[in-house]
Amino acid sequence: MRLEPREHSSLLLRAVVPFGSAVVALLACSVLILWADASPVQAFFLFIKGSVGSKFALSETLARTIPLIFTGLAVAVAFKAKLWNIGAEGQLYGGACMATWLGTGMIDLPGWLMLPLLFAAGALLGGLLLLGPTLLKTWLAVDEVVTTLLLNFIILLFVNYLVFGPWKDPMAMGWPQAAPMVDTALLSTLLAKTRLHMGLIWAFGASVLLWLFMRFTTWGYQIRAVGYNAGASRFAGIPVNPVVVRTALISGGLAGCAGVSELCGLKGYLTLDLSPGFGYSGIVVAMLAGLHPLGVVVAAFFVAMLSIGADSMSRALNISNYIADVATAVSLLAVLVSMLLVRYRIRWK
Amino acid sequence: MDILHMFLEVGFWMAVVRMATPLLFGTLGELICERAGVLNLGVEGIMAAGCMAGWTWVYMGGDLWGGVLFAAAVGGGIGLVHAIFTVHLGLSQHVTGLGITMLATALSSFVFRMVLPDVTTPPKIIPFAPLDIPILGDIPLLGPVLFNQSPLTLLAIFMVFFIGWFLKYTPAGLALCMTGENPMAVESQGLSVFAIRTCAVVAGSALMAIGGAFLTLSAFDAFYIGMVNGRGWICIALVVFSSWKPSKALVGVVLFAVFDALQMRVQQDISMVVPYQFYLMMPYVLSIAALILMSRRSAYPKALLVPFRKGER
Repeated sequence: MRLEPREHSSLLLRAVVPFGSAVVALLACSVLILWADASPVQAFFLFIKGSVGSKFALSETLARTIPLIFTGLAVAVAFKAKLWNIGAEGQLYGGACMATWLGTGMIDLPGWLMLPLLFAAGALLGGLLLLGPTLLKTWLAVDEVVTTLLLNFIILLFVNYLVFGPWKDPMAMGWPQAAPMVDTALLSTLLAKTRLHMGLIWAFGASVLLWLFMRFTTWGYQIRAVGYNAGASRFAGIPVNPVVVRTALISGGLAGCAGVSELCGLKGYLTLDLSPGFGYSGIVVAMLAGLHPLGVVVAAFFVAMLSIGADSMSRALNISNYIADVATAVSLLAVLVSMLLVRYRIRWK
Repeated sequence: MDILHMFLEVGFWMAVVRMATPLLFGTLGELICERAGVLNLGVEGIMAAGCMAGWTWVYMGGDLWGGVLFAAAVGGGIGLVHAIFTVHLGLSQHVTGLGITMLATALSSFVFRMVLPDVTTPPKIIPFAPLDIPILGDIPLLGPVLFNQSPLTLLAIFMVFFIGWFLKYTPAGLALCMTGENPMAVESQGLSVFAIRTCAVVAGSALMAIGGAFLTLSAFDAFYIGMVNGRGWICIALVVFSSWKPSKALVGVVLFAVFDALQMRVQQDISMVVPYQFYLMMPYVLSIAALILMSRRSAYPKALLVPFRKGER
């Protein structure tokens, strides 16, 4: 078996990549569904019905899309510069902590000022949390994959300490959660009687801004250049290490925004189940999107469909909802292979 | 202070060795992969799969060693997928590894729920009993610490020396190391880089899975979701700490386990002064500290992370 580079790959082939991966993921899940003695066809219909089949289902899926857009963007911009940020989960909690610290009574401003402030503060802490591992990478060549990952565990334990300790809300009947956010710090609902909130607009805004930034600014160009070939970029006079550090601040900041929007839009108070692994799913989102900021929106919607749809399908058919995680992981591996097939063709001899 | 006293206690050292065992398997497995030039970020997931596979085998009525073998086979199978993706297709080792971890973790949770649909407290199995070796076990301190342990612990210690010998003194081991340093040279010797790397990743992953199986078949007697709890990632840090050498891996793992056992004791003794969450952070903080400490002098395999394609330079 040999891989042979394609001279040029057609637009059609590129467009097929994400859909092909989705199909592979659904096929893999069909096998598991068959094993659980249920009908994949019925499961598929239940899945569609549970994810986009009604106003309620669609609103739930869109609400789930919001944090995935933020973490997807965070991972996409970092991976674009070959900065392997696996710590979006921790940075998300960092952002949420910052917002909780400021937004539970410390300051109270009118809503139009409060929310931008909370997003900015959350993004700042998210960015700073990635700054440490990034400086270790640029100064001492410490692998950032491991440090960002280990930092996730440390941050989660710290949040655990906060919500069981100093920040524990005495009014919460003993539940480990922080005090509720003040009213001005809450994102308003987008659609009446659903959990869909204004965070969606913030997330769309972030992805458009990031696209413009990456496409039309010098800084964005530098990030892409460093990712393609750090050596050549250095030779061309691009300050590689400052660019990587800058990328880290943007990436961590976006992940921090995910935490703020979940906190202010959905939960209203800090708990330990604020994120069921949005940071890790962000990696899948970014890869499915081909690291393109606008593609992230579509990919985030798909991954949100997977988790919301599989949740309701698995409840109806009495299958474990871990099937959603399986589908997400399979689609990540499938997109890797199909992206390869766009660039290379396989010769069997 | 009681700390000095504690270092003379047999129980403390037995706990250290017990805690070191899964990390030793994981670290050695990762070390073999990386010496051949392949970073295997699937270790966390492969350990989870090993946990689940070993436990399920015994729960279904198989014997303990069968469970270990089954776990190794499952781990090797997952390793094969990683090898096909990263070695044969040359895909990003970072992203593939993360994908493998996600897939293996999700699949083991799913399969566990399939095997046991509606149980909240998982049923227990009878784990490995500690060995009772007549003469060696009677040596004061050293006897119980090293020999009054699960047979898997002895296997782990044996593997350190075996892998050290294998990598240094056998043609196959030398070829494996050369693949991680200079794959072109390997190919020019008429050896297949693809085959060597595939074997290394499969064997390494099997070892990681045995480390996982130790958790369910020896350390605890039940499986629960999330029981690997970051041990896989710590193993990756420990490989860097050990400078990719099995003997140093043993030192690193034991050192790490001493600190971990220490924090658990201190946590029990003077609880309330420092919240327990900060003690639980220690393993992760230590791993990061180890990475920083060794960063200057780490001699990593030159071809690590570089995919090999025939005829490309």
